[in-house]
Amino acid sequence: MATVLADTKHVAMADLKGKVDPDWCPGCGDFGVLAAVQKALVDLQIPNHNVVTISGIGCSSNFPGYINTYGMHTLHGRALAIATGVKLANHELTILVTGGDGDGFGIGGNHFVHSMRRNVDLLYIVMDNQIYGLTTGQTSPTSRMGMKTKSMPFGNIEAPVNPISLALAAGATFIARGFSGEQKQLTDLIKQGIQHKGFSFLDVFSPCVTYNHDNTYQWFRPRLKKLEDDPAHDPTDWMAAMRKSLLWGDEIPIGKFFERTDVPPLHGAEPVLNAGPLLHADTRIPPDVAHSFVEELM
Amino acid sequence: MKQTFTIGIGGAAGQGVATPGDIFAKIFSRRGLHLNAYNAYQSIIRGGHTFLTIRTGPERVSNMGDRVDLLIPLNQDAMNRHLGLLTDGAACIYNADTITPGVPAKGAVLCPLPVSKLADITRNKVAQNTLAVGAGLSMMGIGFQSLEEVLTEQFKKKGDAVVSENVGIARAGYDYATAHFEPFPWPLPMTNNRYAVLSGNIAMAMGGAAAGVKFYCAYPMSPSTGVLHWMAAHARKAGIMVRQVEDEIGVVNMAIGAAHAGVRSMCATSGGGFALMSEGLGLSAMMETPVVVIDCQRAGPSTGVPTKTEQGDLWQILGAAFGDYPRVIAAPLDIGDCFKIIPEIFNIADRFQCPGIVLCDLLLSEGRLSEDPKDLDFAPVVDRGELITAPSTSGSSGDGVYKRYKITESGISPRAVPGVPGYAHTAASDEHDEDGVLISDEFTNPTKRRNMMEKRMRKVTGIEAAVPPPVLSGPRDADITLIGWGSTKGVIEEACEILTGQGISANQLQIRWLVPLHGDAILNILKDTRHTIIVENNYSGQFARYLRSETSYVPNGYIRKYDGEPFMPHHIVEAVKEQLGGKSRLSVPAHEILV
Repeated sequence: MATVLADTKHVAMADLKGKVDPDWCPGCGDFGVLAAVQKALVDLQIPNHNVVTISGIGCSSNFPGYINTYGMHTLHGRALAIATGVKLANHELTILVTGGDGDGFGIGGNHFVHSMRRNVDLLYIVMDNQIYGLTTGQTSPTSRMGMKTKSMPFGNIEAPVNPISLALAAGATFIARGFSGEQKQLTDLIKQGIQHKGFSFLDVFSPCVTYNHDNTYQWFRPRLKKLEDDPAHDPTDWMAAMRKSLLWGDEIPIGKFFERTDVPPLHGAEPVLNAGPLLHADTRIPPDVAHSFVEELM
Repeated sequence: MKQTFTIGIGGAAGQGVATPGDIFAKIFSRRGLHLNAYNAYQSIIRGGHTFLTIRTGPERVSNMGDRVDLLIPLNQDAMNRHLGLLTDGAACIYNADTITPGVPAKGAVLCPLPVSKLADITRNKVAQNTLAVGAGLSMMGIGFQSLEEVLTEQFKKKGDAVVSENVGIARAGYDYATAHFEPFPWPLPMTNNRYAVLSGNIAMAMGGAAAGVKFYCAYPMSPSTGVLHWMAAHARKAGIMVRQVEDEIGVVNMAIGAAHAGVRSMCATSGGGFALMSEGLGLSAMMETPVVVIDCQRAGPSTGVPTKTEQGDLWQILGAAFGDYPRVIAAPLDIGDCFKIIPEIFNIADRFQCPGIVLCDLLLSEGRLSEDPKDLDFAPVVDRGELITAPSTSGSSGDGVYKRYKITESGISPRAVPGVPGYAHTAASDEHDEDGVLISDEFTNPTKRRNMMEKRMRKVTGIEAAVPPPVLSGPRDADITLIGWGSTKGVIEEACEILTGQGISANQLQIRWLVPLHGDAILNILKDTRHTIIVENNYSGQFARYLRSETSYVPNGYIRKYDGEPFMPHHIVEAVKEQLGGKSRLSVPAHEILV
């Protein structure tokens, strides 16, 4: 994501505090994601008016209300489509898209795949808790097989989606996984994702302390291995990233899986935007151009 | 009666029906003649049957009319289907090598072309089409020069040899007809006017460009795809970002995103795609982000008949998205109106920060009409409403002061776009307070909810004042009043002229703005009428039911058509007579042209 020229005013944590406090359950993983996003924006000194935080619907999608940037709290599953429109109308804005696994990989799955192949320049943070929380505990697209929920009381018989492999296959140009219990790494991944010029996908394990008793903080901690601790890991190697993405069980990698910088972002590939954001474009068609449009029909 | 001349060209898809049609259209419009073209076709790329009707004349031609003067069947099937349409004075030009004519009606003339003698058909597979165009023009009394010009333009990219081959073939057809066929009794006149010929889809796309649309996106769906094609082809010249999106849900939301960021944003689809957009319209209304959505209706339900026309989406549009919300819905009256209506509806959507819906149909979207270039105004009034795109110079704004959803008397709250310092806020699809804070979950509050509902719905009063009521055209004390909406304007107009000529005076009430409807104004007009009939292109009388629900008004009768084809004037004329004779209150005319 392009970094907008910082205004002279220093951006502090207090500037990014939302009008109301989060209504998440005490202990929810999403608190950690919110703190890391605010910290990243302070570190990068991006003024809040140049940031648009866009979400769908769900517990984690209440995110835009809890951070003082421009925000859009939209429809279930549609945040990426809306974000694409915002970015194309004003590509100087920094776009953060926030939501959950049901919102992004379930109802929003189509937009997820196509936004990645388009390489829309934004950071998409999925607070992945492997459960539907706001609807009080149903199976999500990332729930493990066998997991018992209110919607699958005898255990999930469907295989979960692998968001990292999917993102690699769909052509996202920055792909990482974080854990809301690992603030320092998470903040760093968010900063990298914002600065990456293209579609940045960050899947964050963000435990649901109320409805998911399988994938708890205690379950994650011993399993998570930081990719940066593996000297052999090369995030420019797509095949290696794909192999790493398949690891699950006793060892689950977190960190940056993959990044490529040789693909132009969507807004950089369309000459219509060369003259600057559409928001500032002249709305009148020049008379000679209008004349040529009519002449074609004569 | 107006003087008009109609050519019908029939053949299989892929046989080149469109090209002679385009050539005739160019020649007529350059001659200063008006025209109206309608292509009856099928959802097939090769084969099937298509029938193109081009009607021309010195005055505006508002519909396809009742009569074919010159039939050009390109295959046996077309001959078999359509020869029976010809009446006294009409002619049929056909390839005598491959097509066996039937027996025409008395006074209709057969004009066989010995195609293989006139052109080398091994070299040029569409020679019969070019010969027929040449022959037809000779019979219409139009000089060969105009055809030579059009053919030269058409083939110049392919080189001089191709140009001279085609001009030669056309000349052979022209000369053969001059020598062997009787010309039509009146030659087509010529005027000093010059017209543009455009489809409703091109008109709506250009209307969007004129309105200052900077973002257009779509998923291909007949019959709306022409809007996407024009937008895509002209995007770079017009400075418009045009995207093809994965589905219509993505389309409407992407359009709303661009609109929220401050540009005029538009999308088009047909009924099926519109169904997917429905939730997004509610978002536009709730976030108070204006967006314009075009629905080019086709025959439904479901996939229905993708290449046929209908006015069957009215209740879908009226009921689109759950909850009550302000919006504006307009139905363009003809292809020229497809252009004009776009800047108008954008001004209303922008002022009242609500969705605007244009309810078009295949008849207009894919039909073609001649327009005076002066009527294609690329500098219309643009009113963006209370839009904040820069920080206040007076310094009165700033954090903690700006309320995106400020409660006002008009219901309109000044709208700041992302990027403006001091105005950061969250726009929400959940119910929210003046600040944009959600009151749907933790802070549920009946008083605030009521206040926000009333704030949004107060905009309806403003919208009503901004949209003109409909007017009656024709004599007030007519024997019969025909009520229609949208695309039936032209054909009803002509039916009124024919009826009046036959001693039954008729007037017309055509509805352009469906929401707001101005029910009181309509009742005021209708209270003085003698016999009212609602004419519409659907099964259940969707507009009649809507008018009744809004005003309790019940007309004397109904004329409906739901076979996929548009009304022809005589359908309406005959139905009116049938109803005046007391035979029926509901007429469903049969379409005689087999397409």
